[in-house]
Amino acid sequence: MFENLSEKLQRTFKNLRGQGTVTEENIGEALKEIRIALLEADVNLNVVKDLIEHIRAKAVGQEVLTALSPTEQVIKIVRDELVAMLGTDTARFKFASQPPTVILMAGLQGSGKTTTSGKLAAWLKKGGHRPLLVSVDVYRPAAREQLQIVAKAIGANLYEGDLKGEAAGPALVERLAKEARREAIISGCDVMIVDTAGRLHIDEGLMTEMQRLKSLLNPQEILFIADAMTGQDAVRSAKEFHDRLALTGTVLTKMDGDARGGAALSIRHVTGQPIKFIGMGEKPDAFEPFHPDRIVSRILGMGDIMTLIEKAEEHLDRKKSEELAKKALMGDGFSLDDFREQLRQIKKMGSLQSIIKMLPSVGPFQGMQQAAGNVDEKQFTRIEAIINSMTAAERKNHELISGSRRKRIAHGSGTSVQEVNQMLRQYVQMRKMFKSMGKGGAVQRRLMGSLANMRGGR
Amino acid sequence: MLQSLFNTPEQKPGLMDRMKQAVARTRTGLQERMDDLLSLARPVDESALEELEGTLIASDIGVATSQEIIAQLRQQASRRQIRDGAELRHLLKAEMLRILDSVPLGQRTVTARPEVILMVGVNGTGKTTTTGKLAAYFREQGKSVLLCAADTFRAAAIEQLEVWGQRAGVEMVRTRQGGDPSAALYDALQAAQARGIDVLIVDTAGRLHTKNNLMAELDKIRRTARRFSADAPHETLLVMDATTGQNGLQQARLFTQAAAVSGIVLTKLDGTAKGGIVIAIARELQLPVRFVGIGEQMGDLIPFDSNAFVDSLLEG
Repeated sequence: MFENLSEKLQRTFKNLRGQGTVTEENIGEALKEIRIALLEADVNLNVVKDLIEHIRAKAVGQEVLTALSPTEQVIKIVRDELVAMLGTDTARFKFASQPPTVILMAGLQGSGKTTTSGKLAAWLKKGGHRPLLVSVDVYRPAAREQLQIVAKAIGANLYEGDLKGEAAGPALVERLAKEARREAIISGCDVMIVDTAGRLHIDEGLMTEMQRLKSLLNPQEILFIADAMTGQDAVRSAKEFHDRLALTGTVLTKMDGDARGGAALSIRHVTGQPIKFIGMGEKPDAFEPFHPDRIVSRILGMGDIMTLIEKAEEHLDRKKSEELAKKALMGDGFSLDDFREQLRQIKKMGSLQSIIKMLPSVGPFQGMQQAAGNVDEKQFTRIEAIINSMTAAERKNHELISGSRRKRIAHGSGTSVQEVNQMLRQYVQMRKMFKSMGKGGAVQRRLMGSLANMRGGR
Repeated sequence: MLQSLFNTPEQKPGLMDRMKQAVARTRTGLQERMDDLLSLARPVDESALEELEGTLIASDIGVATSQEIIAQLRQQASRRQIRDGAELRHLLKAEMLRILDSVPLGQRTVTARPEVILMVGVNGTGKTTTTGKLAAYFREQGKSVLLCAADTFRAAAIEQLEVWGQRAGVEMVRTRQGGDPSAALYDALQAAQARGIDVLIVDTAGRLHTKNNLMAELDKIRRTARRFSADAPHETLLVMDATTGQNGLQQARLFTQAAAVSGIVLTKLDGTAKGGIVIAIARELQLPVRFVGIGEQMGDLIPFDSNAFVDSLLEG
């Protein structure tokens, strides 16, 4: 849908080759494109202005290197500048010398505080801590029930508390918080996560309540929970929350959507505090430490190869993959058994959609991102079912599979003969491709080359 | 301060004023800049237009739409020899209104009761709260309302809607958490028919527009509604948070593809975000805004008024 930034830059730099240096004149057009790309990604206008000036200052006067194209050169400056702004600090918590460590969750309505509280508790549990959850959201209907259900789902301790018919207000909020801390000490929980009501940054009453909660609990961490889809207003809300509470970090939620997440830059810029985590889905474990370089790729529309590689390393059985690759490249070795094994390995990495999304939207992967929406996840299951319905002999030698066998396989796998035909065609194609890779290695070399480039750009 | 802004000291504010108030709750640096830009004295030159483009972008209208609006202004300014800020402001307002008002308001025909309204949107935009307020809105018009809790996924979503139902004095059909939303809707439709209910409002689970399987679930819900009446659901409202940035366009696009959205409810306009994205959505997707949410109280949902909305964007 959008032309990628590096494509646009390539266009603007067509004439730059052979000019020797980047000058005020020839960078102007490129800076305009960079500005638009950042604004489309929801980076705040003032932040964009700052960035553009920095980038201009760095780029002008640079010699056009022969090793890098002007586009790559400028992209590198942009990336470095964005990464520098986001900082290099990752998820690290300040723990109290005297437990419990208190974490206060703050944010606007609907940013995902309750869901994130649960995820954070699950993450801490995995790290060997004993978190206690408490909700002091006495305002939104069923907010406290929600946290209760979340806590139960992840098996975390929860201080339920008794409202005793008390009216919703700061007094009740403070009582619950105090009781919860006592409970944390008694039950030996070393971390207490306080889920608060969503509030507007201009709501004087509720912001004051939050300040009082802070002085009462003296939290080690005050996290700002922000929606990745937030637009230009992110700076205003983040600034107000920071001015009032002195935030210690941000959690960017709903990053599993397709928002570019420019709000991360805006929030980091006005608070000066690191983005610590990102939320990647509705499940308790869809929670990851934040990596500045990765979101920079995303803001610029350039994919997230690092996460993809990490995911692959985490889930793929390296030995099996290598064996498979060896066999496949030998030519005749790639059987339907191997094909099935490969499908299973890929499935372990998560949904195909999420994998495709991490690919850059340029070069050999162009157009893949748009295709991601059309991917039929069930296709994998169907293919596997088809292979499962074959005999061992058929899996070893696909040429055995005649018309009547195809009928039987279709019947056995609950698919149609057409689908079986199609699957076999795909398999034969793949086999052929692997064979040519093994022989000439042209594709392989190209792939390795583009990977090396991507890493070089970092 | 607000009252002095609108010169309505004692009166109970009308709908339009309430909307303006909500959007204009605080004067922002942005709006001051806008005032400065559009001040009477300042001559209209290229730098003024460029700065104006910046301010439009800063209210989430988006680069493409902002550029188009400015291009229109530039053209008209030279043709009609606009000299000062007042005239420019007038033109700007007219241009934004043109975009918002050129969206056709789909006329819905309800051949058989109940009228079915489906609430959809991404997570955390305020679907459940809006469903509750909408129930109160129709009740006030003397219509009988039934709620359907079809958000069977999020923890305590059903309980949350139940509280709203009690507040609005309407009944609710529910199923257990984790149940099939279409089954809940089926029960609700049967109940609504049997009781001769006027409006059935269906609260669905929040879902990101990129999750195909969840979007397909919306289609199933729609098919269930159609089994009762060929023209149901009569209205599918996309609930959108006013803080939403450029992703809002993609939300509107994909929800419309999957669930035939007929209108937008813009929520949380009582914050400092302006919700400018709806102008981009109107321009690109021809989707009208139906209601705006301006607070957490029952009455804080009002029909959209393009005039008041644009005024609040420009005036503060």
